[in-house]
Amino acid sequence: MSVINDIGPKLAAVGYIADEPLSVALQLTVDLARPLLLEGEAGVGKTETAKALAKVLDTRLIRLQCYEGLDATSTIYEWNYQKQLLAIRAREHDRLSSSAIEKQIFSEDFLLRRPLLEAISQEKSPVLLIDEIDRADEEFEAYLLELLSDFQVTIPELGTIEATSRPYVILTSNGTRELSDALRRRCLYSYVEFPDHQREYDIVRARLPDLEANLASEIVGFVQNLRKEDLEKKPGIAETLDWAAALVGMEVHSLLDDPDKVTSSMICLLKTESDLKSAPRELVSRLAGKAA
Amino acid sequence: MTPSQTSAPSALLSERIIDFTNHMRANGFTMGPQECITIAHHLSSKPLPTMQRVRLELKTLLAGDRQEWLRFDDLFEAYWIKSGRTRASLQQKSSPHITRPERPAPLWQQHLSDNRPEGDGKTPQIEVETGEQPAGEASGRLIAAKHSVNRKTDLKNIVDPEEIRAAEALALQLARAMRYRLSRRYKTAKKGNRLDLRKTIRSALPRGGEPIELFRRSTRPRPVHIIVFLDVSGSMKHYSRFFLQFVKGLVCAWLHSDAFVFHTRLVHVTDAVRDRNSARAMTRLALMAEGFGGGTKLGECLGQFNRHHARKMANSRTVAIVLSDGYDTGAPEKLEAELARMKKHVRKLVWLNPLLGWKNYAPITAAMLAARPHIDYFAAANTLESLAALEPQLAQL
Repeated sequence: MSVINDIGPKLAAVGYIADEPLSVALQLTVDLARPLLLEGEAGVGKTETAKALAKVLDTRLIRLQCYEGLDATSTIYEWNYQKQLLAIRAREHDRLSSSAIEKQIFSEDFLLRRPLLEAISQEKSPVLLIDEIDRADEEFEAYLLELLSDFQVTIPELGTIEATSRPYVILTSNGTRELSDALRRRCLYSYVEFPDHQREYDIVRARLPDLEANLASEIVGFVQNLRKEDLEKKPGIAETLDWAAALVGMEVHSLLDDPDKVTSSMICLLKTESDLKSAPRELVSRLAGKAA
Repeated sequence: MTPSQTSAPSALLSERIIDFTNHMRANGFTMGPQECITIAHHLSSKPLPTMQRVRLELKTLLAGDRQEWLRFDDLFEAYWIKSGRTRASLQQKSSPHITRPERPAPLWQQHLSDNRPEGDGKTPQIEVETGEQPAGEASGRLIAAKHSVNRKTDLKNIVDPEEIRAAEALALQLARAMRYRLSRRYKTAKKGNRLDLRKTIRSALPRGGEPIELFRRSTRPRPVHIIVFLDVSGSMKHYSRFFLQFVKGLVCAWLHSDAFVFHTRLVHVTDAVRDRNSARAMTRLALMAEGFGGGTKLGECLGQFNRHHARKMANSRTVAIVLSDGYDTGAPEKLEAELARMKKHVRKLVWLNPLLGWKNYAPITAAMLAARPHIDYFAAANTLESLAALEPQLAQL
């Protein structure tokens, strides 16, 4: 009945180390064909989840980045107005009736497919990532609900387009706005935590295979402790990986070697001015000592 | 129920699932028959996996937000693991599983009852909806109030329905004055700076493709979001009454608004104020305002807002209104830093200072001087009338 069983190890094979709740959630998404709503702090790998799922299922990833003011035309479909105008001009002397022209210019050829329509008209079920849904307005959320429950789009000029395949939908949210209960009820839900030491170590090793094992362990220990500090924005996994790459580039072999270099590389981890100020050299060397 | 017993007949399983659904519903989860069917279908579709796995699967299926996600594990264990002993009592509302009662205990009731004369079995006289209060009962209430702990807010006056109505009307008027901010979304309109190509082309078709009639699109105004910060420290106590009414009026009348009171801590009072029963709302608000003592820590309170609420509440249409006299026991540098941060979250910052209405008063306290550069509009406000006078200025923000 299921396209894929035991998704955890398969995710690991494509370089995404998921903890158990997340792999269960993804397994259910695939089994039940219901949208999955992922919440969690920025940088815990919510977006990456969708990419990994697409790789595991060996299918396309269609991504829709939400922003304030996003509306149905830019997400579902649009008519190619310029092409329509040209077509009308070109057929001016053909003495076609207006309904014939209308039929021509409101056909599939003149339709610009946007991500949501694209997602439901694929041969093989794609993974549809609706990123940061909380940034879009409530009206768009309501529209999305309709699409997610019926999997069909009605275009007044063309009629209803039924889904040829049901996409696997993953929604992510950073909690800038409360989502409606209706949307939450339709979706499976999973809260993604920051990874624990072992998992983050595995991720770093999987992504940066050339990194020395002891340095990787120090880096992970350092970041884990840094997250416990009172920061405005805690560093995510992407930041850890950036920092690891930076340290390799700076030829640092152990965090204790060169505190100045390590301190100056903190710009990879801390992204606001006040956070950078709150992590002076002393704190960095203390955390480095703890990690080592 | 242990994993070894889970190969029970499916009739038993579905009965247990219904029972579990009731248990979750009693604990505040939104669960209908649909969820129940989904679980039953899912669990019976394949051999039952381990307990841990079932827990994670149900958690994914049933939780809707972070709170529920965090509470789920306890509730799951309470039902499935400890269920042997307590199952009989599950039907009753007094089940030990029910960690959250349906309604929060009304805070105001205790407050009212300790003001009520001993042995008085009548309904609380504070009800405003009934309107007329016999003079005898009202005076009885006042006497009783003298006996209770010296609560400084005169509730009898605050819940005067006439005054509340006036405050609500005024608050709404002020909110209306600042209402419009343009959205970025284009909608069809009679006058607009952009052509609505889609509509234009459709209407051009019957005329041989000549776009004779042009349709336009423009952005629509969207309501502003107002956040009020009310200082309820000792130095503000003479004005708190007016301002509490104003805050109540604003939050009730204007949908896009939030209210905080602060003193040494910041308290989010939107929900308390948005109570339909005016008397109860004012009582709750007054209790929250009185609950803490000491000086005013302006910087720290605004910092709390910046850290915990700003990202969720504030947007590009937010106007923050601070009602405070600017007497601050915290460091002015801190206040300045927090105001600067707050300015990044909100569009405009309005500071209404009651003392500014006084003769010979100049805003020279350290806190006011530090705050001044960040304030978009600074004005006096010590009565409802003076608030009303602000309307034209606020409209220009």
